Amino acid sequence: MTDAAPLALYIHWPFCVAKCPYCDFNSHVRESIDQPAWRDALLRDLAYEADMLPGRMLGSIFFGGGTPSLMPPETIEALIDAAAGHWSFAPDIEITMEANPNSAEAARFAQAAQAGVNRLSLGLQALDDAALRFLGRAHDVREGLAALEAAQGCVDRVSLDLIYALPGQSAADWEAELTRALAFGTDHLSLYQLTIEPGTRFETDVRKGDFVPADPDHAAELFELTQAMTSAAGRPAYEVSNHAEPGQESRHNLAYWRYGDYAGVGPGAHGRRGGVATIRHRKPENWMSALARNAHGLSEERALEPAEQAGEALMMGLRLAEGVDLRALAARIGTPQAALVDTDAVAQLERHGLLRRDGDRLATTPAGMLLLDRILTEIVAC
Amino acid sequence: MTDLAHIRNFSIIAHIDHGKSTLADRLIQRTGGLSDREMTSQVLDNMDIEKERGITIKAQTVRLDYKARNGETYELNLMDTPGHVDFAYEVSRSLAACEGALLVVDAAQGVEAQTLANVYQSIEHDHEIVPVINKIDLPAAEPEKVRAEIEDVIGIDASEAVLASAKSGIGIDDILEAIVTKIPAPKGDRNAPLKAMLVDSWYDPYLGVVILVRVIDGVLKKGQQIRFMIGGTEHLIDRVGCMRPKIETLQELGPGEIGFITAQIKEITQTRVGDTITSVRGGASEPLPGFKEVQPVVFCGLFPVDAADFEKLRESISKLRLNDASFSFEMESSAALGFGFRCGFLGLLHLEIIQERLTREYDLDLITTAPSVVYRIQLRKSKTEDAKEIMLHNPADYPDPSRIEQIDEPWIKAVIYTPDEYLGSILKLCQDRRGIQTDLTYVGGRAQVTYELPLNEVVFDFYDRLKSISRGYASFDYEQTGLREGDLVKMSLLVNNEPVDALSMIVHRSVAEERGRHMCERLKDLIPRHLFKIPIQAAIGGKVIARETIAAMRKDVTAKCYGGDITRKKKLLEKQKKGKARMREYGSVQIPQEAFIAALRMGDES
Repeated sequence: MTDAAPLALYIHWPFCVAKCPYCDFNSHVRESIDQPAWRDALLRDLAYEADMLPGRMLGSIFFGGGTPSLMPPETIEALIDAAAGHWSFAPDIEITMEANPNSAEAARFAQAAQAGVNRLSLGLQALDDAALRFLGRAHDVREGLAALEAAQGCVDRVSLDLIYALPGQSAADWEAELTRALAFGTDHLSLYQLTIEPGTRFETDVRKGDFVPADPDHAAELFELTQAMTSAAGRPAYEVSNHAEPGQESRHNLAYWRYGDYAGVGPGAHGRRGGVATIRHRKPENWMSALARNAHGLSEERALEPAEQAGEALMMGLRLAEGVDLRALAARIGTPQAALVDTDAVAQLERHGLLRRDGDRLATTPAGMLLLDRILTEIVAC
Repeated sequence: MTDLAHIRNFSIIAHIDHGKSTLADRLIQRTGGLSDREMTSQVLDNMDIEKERGITIKAQTVRLDYKARNGETYELNLMDTPGHVDFAYEVSRSLAACEGALLVVDAAQGVEAQTLANVYQSIEHDHEIVPVINKIDLPAAEPEKVRAEIEDVIGIDASEAVLASAKSGIGIDDILEAIVTKIPAPKGDRNAPLKAMLVDSWYDPYLGVVILVRVIDGVLKKGQQIRFMIGGTEHLIDRVGCMRPKIETLQELGPGEIGFITAQIKEITQTRVGDTITSVRGGASEPLPGFKEVQPVVFCGLFPVDAADFEKLRESISKLRLNDASFSFEMESSAALGFGFRCGFLGLLHLEIIQERLTREYDLDLITTAPSVVYRIQLRKSKTEDAKEIMLHNPADYPDPSRIEQIDEPWIKAVIYTPDEYLGSILKLCQDRRGIQTDLTYVGGRAQVTYELPLNEVVFDFYDRLKSISRGYASFDYEQTGLREGDLVKMSLLVNNEPVDALSMIVHRSVAEERGRHMCERLKDLIPRHLFKIPIQAAIGGKVIARETIAAMRKDVTAKCYGGDITRKKKLLEKQKKGKARMREYGSVQIPQEAFIAALRMGDES
């Protein structure tokens, strides 16, 4: 990894007001939070990572969670300022905050923007009250749309999230919902199919037979519909579930998918620094006590073998419409290009119309993108 | 030695879950066979498989000393018999060792199917049946209704049925008393030449082969020179004893008694179930009636999933064989599956048990090929070979069809008992399986139907189907009746245009198309969707007789994958790659090994 590529910084705020039934992220509900202690701890965790990654230019900061829009604006500001002290900022640095579209959080958008946040990613999730209730969301559609308007008034770049392929959702339902969402004029949309993740309440519900997840063939049709509609609206997919006007892609997330370096700070945050994987303690209390002990929240720091790095880079890179430059990847991790993928399997999948080669670039076809997980098991040499 | 008048030999007949094991445990506990501390539940079923499935594979006995209400002490021998048609012959020998049986019926559930077959078998052996209505303390218990049912359905007097709850210990003394007063004492002559029936045998790593015996006439003693009248070998008895259920050494076993002997026998194959043991000097001249040579009737290939496990499989099979003379094995190699063994079994359950024990006790991952029977094939003279006769155990060895003059297949006589409401479906099943009805009689609400059936139609899920269409009420017993000519062909299954040798089978031409269609449909459900569409075909020679297509998979992608997900998703990917290694590839199609087994178990449809 060359130092020329800008660094991405992820900061995790692990608290939520309540846990959503589909969410498998590292989120926790606590009655009270010692805000000064948390600000101080995050700053120290950040300082530790900055020491490990000196002299880099920062291309993006992402406040994720949990619910980072519940962070006190002073903490956000302090962290951004600290980052600016540790690294140089790219002139067009992207600073994103995830937010729930409810009135309490919307009231803080302006302060967040004041603190330096210039992009908001809004978890709208649905434009139907019944669907929002099913997803266990605290807001209703009216409140969500008000929050969206507030966000658009505070920052130039707003992304919204929707979850689709819900149980019982027809193609016509989704087409209507997406048509409406595209009309809000955000330059970026994250459109996720509902997947049932291990350890979530939805997993239990499905096992008990409370609801049946969408049939994969039907979900495939909805996915294809999504691709067609977003392309027609000038916001095509640049990643499996992410759509943007060209140039408005999430720079921060691109760093993950392009397998660039990123520093991960806060409970449960993952990072990659030049082939070293870092993982921080997941549970907030453990992370806090690790910080007190070690001046960092790390629970694991491990150098990845070239083969592992190759597997990770392909797993992430093939999610992108642009695919992976195999020659560049081979050079970067210092492994022969032939060792990156099972070339016979790639050739076979090309014949089946699921992968395409364009010079050194390997990418999925539109049909292949829907089958990426399976394709990876076939081609990744790891 | 106990005098005949104070011996009672009995077995327990019960449907699974009706409390046979619990009752046996209670009887042992009540008569002091084991201390409370030593009681693990279900003492008699030794093997894990027996405990789990609630079936008994090896016959076992336990001797109880019971002081009856008349003040005298009786020797009660409880015989736990194997419980499946595959072991019908072994069961018949165990029953022949007893004079009576406890019929245990659940007070809430009433008489169930399996029970009937066993009761009739017991009655055929002239047993005195003592009905016990168990679980009377359940809220749903209806002992009077069950009493009437026993009389109506089985046709025996249940007016004096014992009301009990083995679990709560209610009625245990009444049961013991009924055994003494109702079941007749055995008959026998101490002074006649020795005749003892070999009931069962097993291999013990410390004692060598242990033989379970029932003495008919004469006496068995340590130091005695004995002869197996059918097997022909002679041995010196070095131990005589009984199980309580712990081993207890005895001076001798007299007429009417059940116990065990050891005689430094290393090979279980020398001890044939049903053989007659006599003394070398002054021995009997005629063996006991009822001996049958046990022959494997169902064959299949067992292959290790991991080729490196072949030697381990060989060792494990050899060890199992030490304790089970009724299965056979020889090495086999398959183009797709590598090296393995062609094994012969008494039936499908026997096959499953062996397979499960290998998997569980010896930690082997196995692929099992389609079960098949033994065919006799007459081959015509060819340019290089004379006409000859071969016995075919394996469809893979099916000869060039142009050389086949005639194929003969084994037939059986099957006797089915069923409540008459299921008779129609059962007749249809037998008819579909090329059966020829030879007898049909009605007794009360029950029918007994006799069919001649080709064995290859029976190994193919017949028993499962019979149970399913009769809701478990029909019972089934069979004996082999010899070979008959049949219009038989080899059917191959092709997945993505490549033959899967493990799934090829020999079928009658008249059912080939239906069977082929069924197999294709089944495989369509069992083989997971791939990234491309997969044709599945059944063919006889070059002619395709059935076809299905597995549509290509359309969606398999993680919706959300960001920086924090990499490690987790990567682990998932590695796990999936490992899963892939456990599948077999045919024309780049990965077939999970469960599919091989499941494809052959046709389930409820058809």
